Amino acid sequence: MAVQRKKRKRRELFALGNEAVAEGALLAGCSFYAGYPITPSTEIMEVMANRLPLIEDGVFIQMEDEIASMGATIGASLAGRKAMTATSGPGFALMQEHIGYACMVEAPLVVVNVMRGGPSTGLPTSPAQADVQMARWGTHGDHPIIVLSASNVQECLEMTVTAFNFAEKYRTPVILLLDEVTAHTREKITVPDPDEVEILSRVEPTVPPEWFKPYADTARGVPAMAPIGSGYRTHVTGLTHDVMGYPTQRPDEVKDAMLRLFRKIDQYYGDIQMSDEYMLDDAEVAVVAYGSVARSAHLAVEQARERGAKAGLLTLKTLFPFPRPAVEKLTHRCHTVVVPEMNMGQMSREVKRVNNGRTKVRTINRVDGQIITPSEILKAIL
Amino acid sequence: MADVTQLIHDYLRHNKKFPHVFCAGCGHGIVLGSLIRSVHALGLPKDDVVLVAGIGCSGRMAVYVDFNTVHTTHGRALTFATGIKMANPKLKVICVMGDGDALSIGGNHLIHAARRNIGVTALILNNHIYGMTGGQCSSATPQGDISMTTPFGSLEKSFDIMDMCKAAGASYVARGTSFHAIQMDRLISSAIMHPGFSVVEVFSPCPTQYGRKNKFRNAVDMYKWLKSNTVKVETLKDPDQKPADGRIPIGVFRDVEEPGLEERYFELQRKLMGQNR
Repeated sequence: MAVQRKKRKRRELFALGNEAVAEGALLAGCSFYAGYPITPSTEIMEVMANRLPLIEDGVFIQMEDEIASMGATIGASLAGRKAMTATSGPGFALMQEHIGYACMVEAPLVVVNVMRGGPSTGLPTSPAQADVQMARWGTHGDHPIIVLSASNVQECLEMTVTAFNFAEKYRTPVILLLDEVTAHTREKITVPDPDEVEILSRVEPTVPPEWFKPYADTARGVPAMAPIGSGYRTHVTGLTHDVMGYPTQRPDEVKDAMLRLFRKIDQYYGDIQMSDEYMLDDAEVAVVAYGSVARSAHLAVEQARERGAKAGLLTLKTLFPFPRPAVEKLTHRCHTVVVPEMNMGQMSREVKRVNNGRTKVRTINRVDGQIITPSEILKAIL
Repeated sequence: MADVTQLIHDYLRHNKKFPHVFCAGCGHGIVLGSLIRSVHALGLPKDDVVLVAGIGCSGRMAVYVDFNTVHTTHGRALTFATGIKMANPKLKVICVMGDGDALSIGGNHLIHAARRNIGVTALILNNHIYGMTGGQCSSATPQGDISMTTPFGSLEKSFDIMDMCKAAGASYVARGTSFHAIQMDRLISSAIMHPGFSVVEVFSPCPTQYGRKNKFRNAVDMYKWLKSNTVKVETLKDPDQKPADGRIPIGVFRDVEEPGLEERYFELQRKLMGQNR
């Protein structure tokens, strides 16, 4: 007997990158959004304002500022929701203290930062990739973090789903960096049927409440998480805490807590680091790019090949932890690595660090609010 | 062995967190006792109560009590509380803050929580000083008073929390003191059961950092001062008028039944989803 196949309910949309982020979030099970409007991220918030009140228990709230947005997002995450907020550079700067708090209390959530020119209020409607190092090092204290990026509209959707999955799997805030070009490009995308997508959720405790250790070290390094109100009465604090969640200054407990925060990300490095390779097999010149710049680089590589140059492209989808193996391979094999980016060299710095002087690293930097064109990259390749 | 019969023992975490940090004479313990008596008298299950605290002496309360507790960042407790309440409106969310926490760094969040009328109870433990950082002035330090950062007397006026919260739209606004513990039980109980945003300001003496710099010889003096310098708001002819003798009114300043933000939101959601339950 023929097996009845479920009809897939895919949808096709002509969407902005920002709209695709919202679609991705809803697909991933996001049911809470708290935010504050800021260009060029606002469409994410607007879509959520329209959609969340129409889904079961979906909550949308516009807060008084980005600090409050991040606080509410963490609160919702602690209460068991998949929560997200989106912002742009200046708002992202305001959120930093709370991003550190989320790292410390291991609150799974997603922060989307649609980058604009800076510093300060900078260039509100112009593209830049100026917040790469802020995403990694913006908050005080020592902690690992996962930073993802997307270079086209379909990827905006997919990487948002991935961001939620990583957040839930590793109990950590995940930052999705977009640039204004990606966020405001309108393209045809496919929203997959929910059944086609792998959606992960945090592990909840199965032991009786009196046995539960909210920050216990496990083999994965990721403790089970009990939502507030589920009968597991726990203490959550931004202070360094012991396995019970109570503040501690005992060196052994502090060390254990800190090292576990790092270990839970480090040991799944292979799972987290993502990049796309294009024509790299025999490449002598490799371009390393991310965001909308990767699309310019794609065309530049094609044009270079037409002219007989052996060029290839590595598109970074994970920015941090830095995909070292993928980049290191290139620095061994290619005579030049080209790193174009819309900042003064925030990612080429990582490439150079990994390269360690082996090969030539050529940077292309633009900070004038203009995109980097394929011809600029082509010139650097040839 | 002595029987442990006091109510408070049922509500404290005995597995780690004592002795507490409060100094001798501090009013915070009295407020904590009052909070516990209120929750107990209302018959609320511990699992349904969330205590969200800011930073400072009052923030430490969250470590001691056996509710769901969240010790947040300085000044932002209300933002976390807003997220928790909207994520799970069944929870009784109580937010405990100091005066520096609620009014200075967190002043914006306080007025917006009041404007939204979110169903959260804000307990503002006003000791007129930054206690834990060593006695610097806050935006509730009375004009002319001495602190580590106002050694020649504060030049700035302090906030009147009651006026501010009423103006911003909080639907339950009350003030008590650590001296008037029985009244405080009543104020906190009503605040917790109030549907919208409820604010209870409590004058909670800080003999260590505030009192000894401002001519109070000891903690007892501070409590005596609270006794003789306060007046029940019900006894005033015009509750909006400050008493001419400089006494501070205590009691309920506003109590209007208004649905909290979460109620209004989920009502709208039910309408939108066409499920008129």
